[in-house]
Amino acid sequence: MTLRLDGISAGYGPVQVLFDLSLEARPGEVLCLLGRNGAGKTTTLKAIMGLLPLMSGRVLLGAAELSAMPAHEVPKHGIGYIPQGRRLFTELTVAENIEVGLLARGRGAETREKVLTMFPRLRERLSQRAETLSGGEQQMLATARALCLEPEVLLLDEPTEGLQPSMISLIRDTVDVMRDAGVAIILVEQRIEAVLNLADRVAFIENGHGREVVDVEVLRRDKALLQKYVGI
Amino acid sequence: MKVLGLHLGLLALLAVLGMILPAYHQGNLSRIMVLATYAVGYNVMFGYTGLLSLGHAMFFGAGMYGLGLAMQHGGVGAVPAFGIGLVSAAVLSAVVAVLALRTIGVAFMIVTLMFSQAAFLSALYFGEWTRGDEGFVLAQQIRRVGEVDLSNPVTRYYAALLLFSVALLLTMRMTQVRFGHVLVAVRENEERTRMLGYSVWSHKFWAVVISGTISGAAGAAYALLFGYVGASFVSVPYSIFPLLWVLLGGAGTTIGPFVGTLFMFYLIDYLSGLTTAYMLVVGIVLVLLTLFARAGLMGEIRKRWVPWLP
Repeated sequence: MTLRLDGISAGYGPVQVLFDLSLEARPGEVLCLLGRNGAGKTTTLKAIMGLLPLMSGRVLLGAAELSAMPAHEVPKHGIGYIPQGRRLFTELTVAENIEVGLLARGRGAETREKVLTMFPRLRERLSQRAETLSGGEQQMLATARALCLEPEVLLLDEPTEGLQPSMISLIRDTVDVMRDAGVAIILVEQRIEAVLNLADRVAFIENGHGREVVDVEVLRRDKALLQKYVGI
Repeated sequence: MKVLGLHLGLLALLAVLGMILPAYHQGNLSRIMVLATYAVGYNVMFGYTGLLSLGHAMFFGAGMYGLGLAMQHGGVGAVPAFGIGLVSAAVLSAVVAVLALRTIGVAFMIVTLMFSQAAFLSALYFGEWTRGDEGFVLAQQIRRVGEVDLSNPVTRYYAALLLFSVALLLTMRMTQVRFGHVLVAVRENEERTRMLGYSVWSHKFWAVVISGTISGAAGAAYALLFGYVGASFVSVPYSIFPLLWVLLGGAGTTIGPFVGTLFMFYLIDYLSGLTTAYMLVVGIVLVLLTLFARAGLMGEIRKRWVPWLP
């Protein structure tokens, strides 16, 4: 299902961060949000999830208007969100973290098995508390927990931040699997190399305003847009 | 399985202790088990859900006065009166939850403290019924269930054990099911929990109601087993005690509230025999424990040696 941001404006209290932003994430594609620090990339993800009230505009998933729902109803419509910094429930075990993810949308053993097959290392650590996992394993668990929702749209906020190369490659493989399964993915990523490898399209955000949306091929050929909006 | 074994083992130990302990310690342990039930209730809200209440005595008091007034003035039998105590605490906790959960953090603490003060002042204000600060005694002859005399020390011990067993096994089970996991998730990160599709408010609401009802059950049992109902049980210190017991024993551990209550009860009992300044020594011990065992006694044991401890 296509996720559509229809002219959204949002911010923190009286401070407006997003201005009339319109975007579209289609099934089976990775849309990457690029921009300088403070451009409004993470704010866009939070606005989609209903964590920030919209000042105007709408967020639509197919015909359902997500922006008209309370925040806790949004994931039930198939939106998975992996925030920056992972934010696991550190006091719960790996198994309990996964279970909390599964039950949120009424998923069962089959989904659990699918997710654990994707991340076999988590299977070895099911009874371990999440706080005792390495950084890479924590990212795996955060990703696994979001996948337990069997999302139709996945929002990833800097998933490769602070990870070693082998873990980055695992995250990349996971994104590929999800894309192939027809999930629409919105990715916020600072590492240009990761963007060029993962994204199908790139949307530039500047000071809360949506700018160009281009195919990643365009960026591979011509780095001028990166220079213009990211300063690289 | 080992979790269930541990809890049943503790309960079995308490059952055996009831047969072999001298009368003095048997009486102490009866009181400790009832107060530990109060702490178990507090732990649901504070230890598992992260809601710090400074007014829990109102729930303990609701159970106590619900039972006490029904028996004293309504001539109601012990069992239905206990039910009235439970319902009083459940209704009060639901009302307090609806109002207090509109706030968070320090404001939540203050609101619960204010509600508790209102409950305390009500107990004094309606002195004609409650006998205010002085309280009232439930006569031995009405503290019976059929032929069973609840004022008998042995019966009282096992009634207290039954109450504590129910509360302990209930919280143990809670840690194994989704509801309990979501409470911990709420405590750790409300926003993330919401992002997984859970209603944080309704989980907090039920945590307050369950916590308040267990605390109320302890209050009702205290009145029934020890025969006294008084406003001091609704005062601020009785809201602080369960916080201390839970912190000492280990917040967010099932057995911690019992261990904390036991430890503090006997610490005061022992020190008060040595010096009149026993609270000063208790204070120092508490500071030391806070410095060197921040997760509480059971919390430290879980952290260092027994990671599966719920």
